[in-house]
Amino acid sequence: MSTKRNTFPNFWLPYVLLTPQLAITLVFFIWPASQAVWQSFLREDAFGFATKLIWFENYSQIFSDPNYLNSAKVSVVFAVSVTALSMGISLMLAAAVDRLIRASNFYTSLLVWPYAIAPAIAGVLWWFLFNPTIGILPYALKMAGIDWNHIVNSNQAMVLVVIAASWKQISYNFLFFLAGLQSIPKSMMEAAAIDGAGPLKRFWTISLPLLSPTTFFLIVINIVYSMFDTFPVIHATTEGGPAQSTNILVYKVFVDGFIGLNLGSSAAQSVVLMALVIALTVIQFRYVERRVHY
Amino acid sequence: MVENRPILDFLTHAVLIIGIAFIAFPLYLAFVASTHEQTAFTSGVIPVLPGNQLIENYTIMLGTGISTSGAPPLSLMLRNSLIMALSIAFGKIIISILSAYAIVYFRFPFRMAAFWIIFITLMLPVEVRIIPTFKVVADLGMLNSYAGLSIPLIASATATFLFRQFFLTVPEELMEAARVDGAGPLRFFRDILLPLSRTNIAALFVILFIYGWNQYVWPLLITTKVEYYTVVMGIKRMAAVSDAEPQWHLVMAAVVLAALPPVLVVVFMQRLFIKGLTETEK
Amino acid sequence: MIKHILAAGLLLSTAIAANAETKIEFWHAMGGELGKKLEEITTSFNASQKEFVVTPVFKGTYPETMTAAIAAFRANQQPAIVQVFEVGTGTMMAAKGAVYPVYKLMADTGQAFDQKAFLPAVVGYYTDTDGNMLSMPFNSSTPILYYNKNVFEKAGLDPNQPPKTWEDVEAYSKKIMESGAAKCGFTTGWISWVQLENFSAWHNQQIGTKENGFGGLDTEITMNGPLQVRHWENLKKWQDAGLFQYGGPAGGADAPPKFYTQECAIYMNSSASRAGVVTNAKDFQVGFGMLPHYADTKPQNSIIGGATLWAMQGRPADEYKAVGAFYTYLSSAEVQAKWHQGTGYLPITQAAYELGQTQGYYEKNPGADVSIKQITLNVPTANSKGLRFGSYVQIRTIIDEEFEQLLGGKKTAKESLDALVSRSGVLLREFEAANKASN
Repeated sequence: MSTKRNTFPNFWLPYVLLTPQLAITLVFFIWPASQAVWQSFLREDAFGFATKLIWFENYSQIFSDPNYLNSAKVSVVFAVSVTALSMGISLMLAAAVDRLIRASNFYTSLLVWPYAIAPAIAGVLWWFLFNPTIGILPYALKMAGIDWNHIVNSNQAMVLVVIAASWKQISYNFLFFLAGLQSIPKSMMEAAAIDGAGPLKRFWTISLPLLSPTTFFLIVINIVYSMFDTFPVIHATTEGGPAQSTNILVYKVFVDGFIGLNLGSSAAQSVVLMALVIALTVIQFRYVERRVHY
Repeated sequence: MVENRPILDFLTHAVLIIGIAFIAFPLYLAFVASTHEQTAFTSGVIPVLPGNQLIENYTIMLGTGISTSGAPPLSLMLRNSLIMALSIAFGKIIISILSAYAIVYFRFPFRMAAFWIIFITLMLPVEVRIIPTFKVVADLGMLNSYAGLSIPLIASATATFLFRQFFLTVPEELMEAARVDGAGPLRFFRDILLPLSRTNIAALFVILFIYGWNQYVWPLLITTKVEYYTVVMGIKRMAAVSDAEPQWHLVMAAVVLAALPPVLVVVFMQRLFIKGLTETEK
Repeated sequence: MIKHILAAGLLLSTAIAANAETKIEFWHAMGGELGKKLEEITTSFNASQKEFVVTPVFKGTYPETMTAAIAAFRANQQPAIVQVFEVGTGTMMAAKGAVYPVYKLMADTGQAFDQKAFLPAVVGYYTDTDGNMLSMPFNSSTPILYYNKNVFEKAGLDPNQPPKTWEDVEAYSKKIMESGAAKCGFTTGWISWVQLENFSAWHNQQIGTKENGFGGLDTEITMNGPLQVRHWENLKKWQDAGLFQYGGPAGGADAPPKFYTQECAIYMNSSASRAGVVTNAKDFQVGFGMLPHYADTKPQNSIIGGATLWAMQGRPADEYKAVGAFYTYLSSAEVQAKWHQGTGYLPITQAAYELGQTQGYYEKNPGADVSIKQITLNVPTANSKGLRFGSYVQIRTIIDEEFEQLLGGKKTAKESLDALVSRSGVLLREFEAANKASN
């Protein structure tokens, strides 16, 4: 793991600095999460009157459930699509804004604004846009010869949720890419320009490598986002349908736990999900970070 | 830039305009929706141009509006959202920057353990551990309080992760120079690292403020007193109508009004962080 | 000096006496206009007496409200009253230590309570096998049929004759489409509630073993009988011919716009949608009718949806006195009549229905009593009393998924109904196992 060559020698200071975050994390996260882990080994009714220790039965049940495996597959497709789409578009937009000197404020405000909308409400807006009966986009698509009905067509449903989820993330990624691009010293760019490198060459050879810490950060964040924080979007648009085709893992956890009140199975699913993402993050820190230039 | 490339300039603007159209279109729609009457949504293709009900709808929302659908006055909800958003934004930034500093600039036993404990919080959002977290908060007597609304949501690693990334890019020379000058870690942090981090802090402030502002499920669960309602809860309450159609025109007006403070934050902070960048040339 | 002290003392004691009212919390899921009307009821209750104060708290959608109440119960923070939707009944009833049955509460708090004053179809859903009422009906609805009178006329049909049988629906739809009066014949909200559960009850077909689940947790769903297979086959056939358009899973959010935009001429959904329908049907006149039945069966009665109020255990004793008084107020004829007329939910007592009749409400608002007539058409049988299954929220999702498989051509009607039965069976067995120890 990357670290500084030189560090300060103090002994107590780092612990003091870490205490606030660790304290809050332990009380409000680790402790409840460990209770959730414990719950994954139980079978109980919603109110908690009758709890029975069933060890790994919840786990074996979910792994043999075709719906769960389908959910895992759907999640991977979804996460990769959302990450690629939103990072790609936002990088392009950030690079564009970075080029401008005037009007950059104006463009930036307009591009970051969508982030201000709550995810659930954003979902409702996209539901309106794509609604087969009253939405404008199906209307326009019909003129192009495409019959849009995401209520029945699974692929279209996936397209809808990918667009809705990416849309929200574009502003977030844009903000960080822009901050990253603008912290590249202008002197480096000028030196390269004097050496005869055109804007595209400068982008590839200077900006992108120097952006790699930001890019790495955003890849991790985006994958976590698309695996976890997207359920308000799914909830407001397709609710996992049609026929489970957009039922990503985190949505399934929510539905089984919050709505189906099967707390044991839901807890087991979240443990698996957590393990999956931890594994992904470890891999990213071990391998991808090697290529990051600090 | 140093040279003049008109084609690339044109492309740049074109890309941006298309980007903005895509990004802003749903919001534009929300605005349009708030200027029509109710039946415009359910009985035809949704209108694309603004209607003529702007004054009426907004007057209702600002005046008695939300209170007729059972939520407290808009000003109260806006105030609660503001307090919650600010507490979360400041709280997260402060504890994360301290933690990231500790992890990057010090070597100590259990350093890696601390790192991973903090980072695990990225992996499990509130909604999934909500029932046990609720019990913890209830046991601590923090229901129906601003502390209960904000503190459990501060325990997340995004900010720490970002600061860590940033600190790792700060040249070693700066730290060595500070030590040579006799500055201790706290001095270094305050006089050198903090100013350098300004743009990241600004970006994070925007993100975290909006995250806090848009919280729905958590405030819903831990507040039973109407004085603690937040704006997004109020909007969802207007939209979550069973067996009936929501009054979309009013809901959208509320959405637009509720989005104004985050937008103002974005606009204001943006000037700050762009300014901060053009001034400090590393 | 003494005067001041006495005055202060007097003020203090009146302040203390004033704070001696019993306050209870009432968690509900009524947003928008409905929430406003609910608050009118609680406000007027609070104003009508000085002993009790009911504080309504909006807790989100039905699932959110129920989960909030459960989480609160586990943390010992539960409200006195919580509004739970009908699909949550199974879960609430199995939680014997968490709920305070209404018949017992009313008896314990000395409130007069005559179960016979309530409409049998409304009450039947929420009684145990001994006939005791467990929860207080509040907002109940039943699905009815709405149709576009203008389109009927344009198609050459009698605008005052709703279709009575499914054969009529098919014939009318064909005529409407052929004449170009509308693009599709009919659509529906709530495939599960309307086109399977109510369909079964209306045709007096069994929904599940053990009296549709009322008799015990070891129940199985049996909605895959020949009549239901026939109906789902027809729905698929009609969809392929364009006569029927699917409005989406759960409530079918895409169905209302189809009716309002006059794309479909006939629409089946909750009677509580009435207010919304009348408002949004800007350019045409709406007609009302009962649910259609197949010509070779006589209609039985329909079953209800909506929610009821459950009292939760674990609150101090005087709070239940407040609950009892509030329930009595709530079921009075005037309050019920006003609530029913303002919202489209069913009146829960015979007295409220009769009050509306004397007020002339039903003459001024034709179609407002279709729902009442439909649920009281016959005395409910074991098949049409209602249903009670655990994990029913998820089972509804399974119903929607299997229906979507059918529409997508991936399964036949029999296959999808059979799959529904076996998949729900898994959930029911789990629910049974999880709740056995506490029963």
